[in-house]
Amino acid sequence: METVKKIQEGDVRTASRLIRRIEDGVLEARSTIKKLFPLTGNAHIVGITGPPGAGKSTLVDGIVTQLRQKQKKVGVLAVDPTSPFTGGAILGDRVRMQKHAEDEGVFVRSLATRCALGGLAKAVGDAIHIMDVMGKEVILVETVGTGQQEVDIINHSHTVLVVLIPGMGDEIQAIKAGIMEIADIFVINKADRDGGSKLYRELVSLLDMAPASAFASGWRPPIVKVENSFVPESFNNSVAELTQKIEEHHQHLLASELMVSRERRKAAVELSEAIRNTVYEPIMDKLITEGTIDAMVEELMAKTSDPYSLAERIAQRFLKS
Amino acid sequence: MGNTETQGYSKEERVKMAKRTLRVMVAKPGLDGHDRGARVLARCFRDAGFEVIYTGCHQTPEQIAAAAVQEDVDLVGLSCLSGAHRYLFPAVVTALKERKAEDICVIGGGIIPEQDFKMLYDSGIKEIFTPGATLDGIVEWVRKNVMVRE
Ligand SMILES: Nc1nc2c(ncn2[C@@H]2O[C@H](COP(=O)(O)OP(=O)(O)OP(=O)(O)O)[C@@H](O)[C@H]2O)c(=O)[nH]1
Ligand SMILES: [Mg+2]
Repeated sequence: METVKKIQEGDVRTASRLIRRIEDGVLEARSTIKKLFPLTGNAHIVGITGPPGAGKSTLVDGIVTQLRQKQKKVGVLAVDPTSPFTGGAILGDRVRMQKHAEDEGVFVRSLATRCALGGLAKAVGDAIHIMDVMGKEVILVETVGTGQQEVDIINHSHTVLVVLIPGMGDEIQAIKAGIMEIADIFVINKADRDGGSKLYRELVSLLDMAPASAFASGWRPPIVKVENSFVPESFNNSVAELTQKIEEHHQHLLASELMVSRERRKAAVELSEAIRNTVYEPIMDKLITEGTIDAMVEELMAKTSDPYSLAERIAQRFLKS
Repeated sequence: MGNTETQGYSKEERVKMAKRTLRVMVAKPGLDGHDRGARVLARCFRDAGFEVIYTGCHQTPEQIAAAAVQEDVDLVGLSCLSGAHRYLFPAVVTALKERKAEDICVIGGGIIPEQDFKMLYDSGIKEIFTPGATLDGIVEWVRKNVMVRE
């Protein structure tokens, strides 16, 4: 098929069109993904998450520079939230990465969450596949961490970077609340700021307290301090170290059973997303267009029925078994 | 989505199509660093329900075109206050053509004297907005003239 071939050749226009059509839920686009799927599985997928304004995009830009020096082909997916009120979004991560715009070895694509259940944009999984088939060796996925998104991003990544900044007050709280489990590498960004070494010490002691089972695979998450991005030399050195750690983690995954288990987790999530797209959403669309939902809401208002009975009525209609 | 194109479709197909979201890019070519206007426009587009890719200041026409292709936008809105629009705006259109992306609509805004309009239209700029234009007017123009491309 023409589209598949073009994507294999790395054609940006074809790839970005296809991502768009996936985002928009165009059915024919899915048949292309079916053809791409067997060709995927070569890229190293790196998730980058952390609080708003932590410097994630600046870091991604730096990592891209490092990877390009090593001749690696890179894809970047930058996810920003859709406004739940207007459906619009401002996707501003590119601002920090525009110096790579003309580099043919780099493909940067911004994605809006489009109010996806969960949090990460619905098209992320497929966009990763598309970049993978394009021959991107490393795919960086940036997302603002707000709890659910962090969980979602690990489902799509092999290696997860959690970016923290000093002076947020409750950062350690957040770590205790679950970031600890998802981070493969910690980054203390803006370490030039007050509180940088305090945060470092807190992180170290937190890692020390973790049960041995937490590092059962033999990987203890390293902590990389990134100095001021306004002093190019120290920034570049820190980012070089970070890029090194990312590669080490990749090697660790490949050498242990971990890569297989992450791939399995990814596969399970993709399946459940596909089921949502092909089963749940079409049913909802149908119920909305034919006016069933509105009518059922009225039944609830009048207390002539209850949510469970109505849902069961829908299940009877659509579920054959 | 109230255009004639959608009339032949079933109700279900229209629900599908309503999910299509316009993607636009707001870019500032050239050397002036005043991006307040561009930011205001970006926010206004977001409030209109568009996805807005913002690329920041000091962009070359080539960078803008490359980003527009990577982002698969339907529209590029250029803002230029430096007076170099006579060169920069057509250069963006040319750079898009070189990338076989001439189907992406390009509009421009800024302090643009009327005598420059014709050469800009001739070069492929679809509409020009001068400081008198209202934000609502710009959004309305986009709604009427820019469609999600097939
Ligand atoms: N002091 C200091 N500022 C930094 C550093 N890195 C980035 N910044 C600044 O922090 C701000 C946010 O940087 P981004 O890279 O856009 O942060 P982000 O985490 O991607 O932001 P969102 O995507 O909006 O959540 C910018 O103004 C950067 O210039 C750093 O190492 N030190
Ligand atoms: Mg960012």
